[in-house]
Amino acid sequence: MATFEFTVNGQAKRVESDPKRPLLDVLREDLHLTGTKYGCGEGQCRACTVLVDNRPTLACLTTVDRVQQKELRTIEGLAKGDELHPVQEAFLEENAMQCGYCIPGMIMQTVALLEKTPHPTPEQTLTALNGSLCRCCGYQRILAAVDRAAAAMGGKPVESASVIHIQQAPGLAEEAAHARR
Amino acid sequence: MPADKPTIKTTIANGRSALGAGAHAPQTFRNPVPDFANEPERYELAEPLPYQFRMDRRVFLQSIAGGFLLFAACSRDASGQRRQVSDSVDARLRFGADGSITVLNGKVEEGQGSRTEVAMAAAEELRVPLQAVTVQMADTAISPNDWITAGSSTTPSTVPAVRNAAAAARELLLQFAATKWQTDRQKLRVDEGKVRSADGSKSLSYKDLAADEAFLRSEANSMEAAITAPAEWQTLGKASGRINGRDIVTGRHQFPSDIQLPGMMHGVILRPPSYGAILQKLGESSSLPNGATLVQDREFVGVVAQTAFAARQATEALAAKTTWKQDKAPRQEDLWRSFREGGKPQAGGERERVSANLSNAKTTLEASFEVPYIHHAPMEPRAAVAEWKDGKLTVWTGTSGPFNVQNDLAKTFGLAPEQVRVIVPDFGGGFGGKHTGEAAIEAARLAKEVKRPVSLRWTRQEEFSWAYCRPAALIDIRAGIDEKGAITAWEFLNYNAGGSGLKSPYRAAALHEEFIRAETPLRQGSYRALASTANNFARETLMDELAKAAGQDPLAFRLAHMHDQRLRVVLEAVAERFGWEKRKRELRPGRGIGIACGNEKNSVVATCVEVELDAATGVPRVLELCQTYECGAILNPKGLQQQAEGGIIMGLGAVLHEGIRYADGMVTNRYFRQYRVPRMRDLPKMDLVFLDRKDAPSNGAGETPIIGIAPAVANAVFALSGQPVRQMPIRGPRTKAA
Repeated sequence: MATFEFTVNGQAKRVESDPKRPLLDVLREDLHLTGTKYGCGEGQCRACTVLVDNRPTLACLTTVDRVQQKELRTIEGLAKGDELHPVQEAFLEENAMQCGYCIPGMIMQTVALLEKTPHPTPEQTLTALNGSLCRCCGYQRILAAVDRAAAAMGGKPVESASVIHIQQAPGLAEEAAHARR
Repeated sequence: MPADKPTIKTTIANGRSALGAGAHAPQTFRNPVPDFANEPERYELAEPLPYQFRMDRRVFLQSIAGGFLLFAACSRDASGQRRQVSDSVDARLRFGADGSITVLNGKVEEGQGSRTEVAMAAAEELRVPLQAVTVQMADTAISPNDWITAGSSTTPSTVPAVRNAAAAARELLLQFAATKWQTDRQKLRVDEGKVRSADGSKSLSYKDLAADEAFLRSEANSMEAAITAPAEWQTLGKASGRINGRDIVTGRHQFPSDIQLPGMMHGVILRPPSYGAILQKLGESSSLPNGATLVQDREFVGVVAQTAFAARQATEALAAKTTWKQDKAPRQEDLWRSFREGGKPQAGGERERVSANLSNAKTTLEASFEVPYIHHAPMEPRAAVAEWKDGKLTVWTGTSGPFNVQNDLAKTFGLAPEQVRVIVPDFGGGFGGKHTGEAAIEAARLAKEVKRPVSLRWTRQEEFSWAYCRPAALIDIRAGIDEKGAITAWEFLNYNAGGSGLKSPYRAAALHEEFIRAETPLRQGSYRALASTANNFARETLMDELAKAAGQDPLAFRLAHMHDQRLRVVLEAVAERFGWEKRKRELRPGRGIGIACGNEKNSVVATCVEVELDAATGVPRVLELCQTYECGAILNPKGLQQQAEGGIIMGLGAVLHEGIRYADGMVTNRYFRQYRVPRMRDLPKMDLVFLDRKDAPSNGAGETPIIGIAPAVANAVFALSGQPVRQMPIRGPRTKAA
């Protein structure tokens, strides 16, 4: 056991831990910050993304001894009170969530991307987010949210990409009746 | 107020319980809530309970009592399911003195949008804003038993039940106001949750109704309660985002793996090295680190510790010194042969007519299609927190079958079902893969031993190794056409995968379709649309080969044989939207287009794609996709869009890469780096069109869109390369050395 000190979302933290414990476990079990998720434990899904000194970092592969004296940011620290971070706002507006389990990791990756590259090209967005897995496969809405967040943070007009094409089915009653026979 | 037919007679017995805490009064209600327990194509995992723990004498006696209780409960229902689906106000609604409105239902939210849809249904009929409604999903101590969340049943069965109950509550409020104000009820209406008097001076709301015991105790109230017609919808039919979306984007929502209780410890299970391996000698428990507790009960071995890390380390140390015995391990190379040898198709009857027509056909085709086992791989692996208090067990877990898990826990631990409470927080994905309660049982056994709450969270590797799979499919087709290109014979045999999507929507002079059960070497169970994906893949792929043999265009050939009118509509619509004829003429070299259609869960879907092939690997790349989809009256366009997009891309995973490999009785691709699921770069340009059928019942929409993509891609690869496709994942010919 050893003592580790670092800040999380601006607050100083001090934990006693085995130095080789994953940061993910320390955040969730010791600090009760359960917004950061376990998805695979092997760095292949990025559900556990947190920012360490502003860089996207996989908390499942990072041992706690690696964050001594570092500044950490997690999903819990993005909103200021009731005011959501623009990336959170964009995910909410575009309804970019199904089960929602991957979303904290997606949002943290997006925050890291937009802080470094405020106006990403589609290729830059894909490069940044292709490693983040969503098994509900809600990627289309997530990409729309990233575009929306980039526009909002860049002061550009925000247009929703989530257009839904609905047409009235022709010959309603007859078709349905026929199909039920 | 215009109403859906039939107008329903509602009778509410006296008693105040309908609208607040208190005793439950009997209420008789109405229909039309379909009975999904009898859905014929359901194909649930059928296996014994995962563990048989030792029981002391005292527990054993309790167990017998529990058994009788269970039997008594089951005997009430001919289907063998213990259920109490109800659409009464009592069963569905709670109105708090603070003005809160809670809708009760026994379904779960696992990403499919049920929570929002149920809230919309209640808000619509209660005439309140969506934000005013809180939804209580499955908790066996609170929720009515709405059966398992499966088979796209929330929309066609739970939503109508909630709407019936909410409409009845609305009518009760009107009657309440009419009685209070001595006025004609027909002149009153509920708006924004309130009834206002004609002069606007007085108003009454649901909480006033709930507080008036005298009224609720008065003579039986009778009224006409009608659900709202689609043309009048204020909330249903409008695009609504997730009602708890804020909790998701802030990380506040607690998934089952996030539940933490005071004094809670962390558990890890010692897994065998392969299926069916028998424990020979357990490693020395002296190798356990400080503070870790070993729990052994027959074959069950687990470790509990203060942290998950310590429990994991202890289990690994134990595993290194533990020996197992393995007699016979399933081998992947035996799979297809074992399916065909294990079950035989029916003899005689229609099959003889098929054979006779085949011998007279101008052209005959025979083909076998293989679809491997695949995993659901939800982002949140199985997880449970268990707590024992005063002989009662409470478990928080991610399962689609809370009431089944409650029974499993009761049987496993010798309890009456009432002594077990299963709470299902909205969980991180299921897709049919979490109908069971393995983690719940394991966590409960550990918690019982250490007398503290225990959290057990499966690792990704455990999920890939020990969760059940989508059944593998072997499909044999024989088909023949005559000189005019009409199908004269169609024989379709599905080994192992299941019956959904088995029935062809195309006319054939002789036709035999059969699902043949087989022995399965891997655990298998439900999955989004289940066998429908394999059956549509095989049927639609062979249709294109028949079309080619007949010298016809695949679209024209389908339309010429189509007997499903709803399916015809979406097929014609997708061809027009995609520009089928034009694209065929103007196709760029190296590209292929494909079309496919099918019906599932009483919905119809048609899909077109344009693909190219990776020259070195033959892996198709889907460049564009167009899909038309009709699932009855659309309840929530945003929810529908998500489910359709998600289903299509999930289906793309099995088209491109997914397939479980196993050797020596164990899955060998147990990590995301070895089991490649869809990623953002796999996305095609997508154009989805939803056909709204306002006069038809709403059907669950989350499954059907998955069935179209595999055959559409197979047909595009066939068109491009001339080489028939027989397997998933789909591979075209390689044109360049890797």
